[in-house]
Amino acid sequence: MPLAGEFGQVEVRIAQKSFTSASGERFEVLRDFKLSLGHHQVAALVGPSGCGKTTILRIIAGLETDFEGTITRPLSGKLGVVFQEPRLLPWRTVEDNVRLVAPGLTREALASLFRDLDLEVHRLHYPGELSLGLARRVALARALAVEPSLLLLDEPLVSLDEALAVRLRDQLAALIASRPITTLLVTHDLEEAIRLADRIFLLSPRPAQVIAEIPLTAPRSARSEREVARIVSEVACRMTGGALRPGHA
Amino acid sequence: MVRLISLILLLATWWLISQFVEPQTLPGPDRVLGAIAAQMRSGDMFFQLGVTLARVLAAFTIAMAAGTAIGLLMGRVKLADRLGDPWLIVLLNLPALVIIVLAFIWGGLTEIAGVLAVAINKLPNTVVTVREGARALDSGLNEMATVFALSRRKYMWHVVLPQLGPFLAAAGRSGLSLVWKIVLIVELLGRPNGIGFQIGVAFQLFDVTLILAYALAFVAVILVIETAVVQPIERRASRWRIRTS
Repeated sequence: MPLAGEFGQVEVRIAQKSFTSASGERFEVLRDFKLSLGHHQVAALVGPSGCGKTTILRIIAGLETDFEGTITRPLSGKLGVVFQEPRLLPWRTVEDNVRLVAPGLTREALASLFRDLDLEVHRLHYPGELSLGLARRVALARALAVEPSLLLLDEPLVSLDEALAVRLRDQLAALIASRPITTLLVTHDLEEAIRLADRIFLLSPRPAQVIAEIPLTAPRSARSEREVARIVSEVACRMTGGALRPGHA
Repeated sequence: MVRLISLILLLATWWLISQFVEPQTLPGPDRVLGAIAAQMRSGDMFFQLGVTLARVLAAFTIAMAAGTAIGLLMGRVKLADRLGDPWLIVLLNLPALVIIVLAFIWGGLTEIAGVLAVAINKLPNTVVTVREGARALDSGLNEMATVFALSRRKYMWHVVLPQLGPFLAAAGRSGLSLVWKIVLIVELLGRPNGIGFQIGVAFQLFDVTLILAYALAFVAVILVIETAVVQPIERRASRWRIRTS
């Protein structure tokens, strides 16, 4: 019997990551970045834009290999990723896009996934016929279809209108909660993080480091407006308390 | 409709000119049509068309398959591009006639030498077009394929090929017409049959009617292939585009 606790465990140690710009200048994006996630945990990385959040996700996903450090990902199980842009194949229907990455998915599993995300009527549509909100949901369906042990979400709700974002957020929360998935999401919106995550990591501006870690103990459904507002103001307090340097970019 | 009028206009112009010159210089459409019918009745037309068409398809398939593979490699791997580029420039600028003559000298007056000569003529053109397509592959979709661990076969079929579609169509379109013209030269120089051979015979007899009969018959065949095979494939491949735009 393998240790169940090691399933879905993620360890991130990034000593240093830098990019070379087109003009040949090197700039540092990450330094001494450490993060560990227990299995089935939902963590959120929150930080100012351009602080390197997406780079962290890309390193964990294995898309960036040129960095100093180590990443430990669950040995067994798959990876599901929702990119900031949906990245669907425009020449395949919604259903084919999902099936392509998860050929073993049963008819029932696919149907229930589409039902949960309100995608049933769009099965045979092409991505070009969908709004951004719908395309995001398809991308989410695709990531969940592989039955991942680790799910990475890059700004899953960005540039959606308020009502749509709230709806997708609730759907997302329900879908993650009903599955044995370790989830890491990246967002610049603290409230979104509070609504979705069990743990929040606040990041500094570039080079990104974890400046605070906020565990959220109350169950997701019990987080009322007031509770959310309280956490938001508490975080704001901490940041003005000097922990977060003002960005000068 | 406009196409039809334009075609009728072309025929009318041809007919009009043929009224003022000797029939040996330019026979009218009626004479050429008669010659086609006569050749069909004797069965000769079908045989020659078939032989030439088989050569065209063989050379076209080889050139497209090899050209796509090499073009993809050069478009994706920098070293391959640097290594292959000088070869490509040499091949692109080598006259078709030189390749054909050398192929026949080195390979003998054989079917294989002939077909390969045609394929080599078309090859660099396909490589250049497909390379452009390979360079323009969407990196976001590549990352998606990496993250979801798509198999090599699935990646090629579902991610790469649809993106290469327009480039393959362009290479195929120009390829079909280029290949059949070169096949004719090959047949003229080193094959005992086919449209090119027949035109060679007609040339020695100064038989313009027969030359036009064979040429037009083959153009008609290509036209049928274009509308019955190429266009339906293109329509199928671009279904998603029609519905979205």
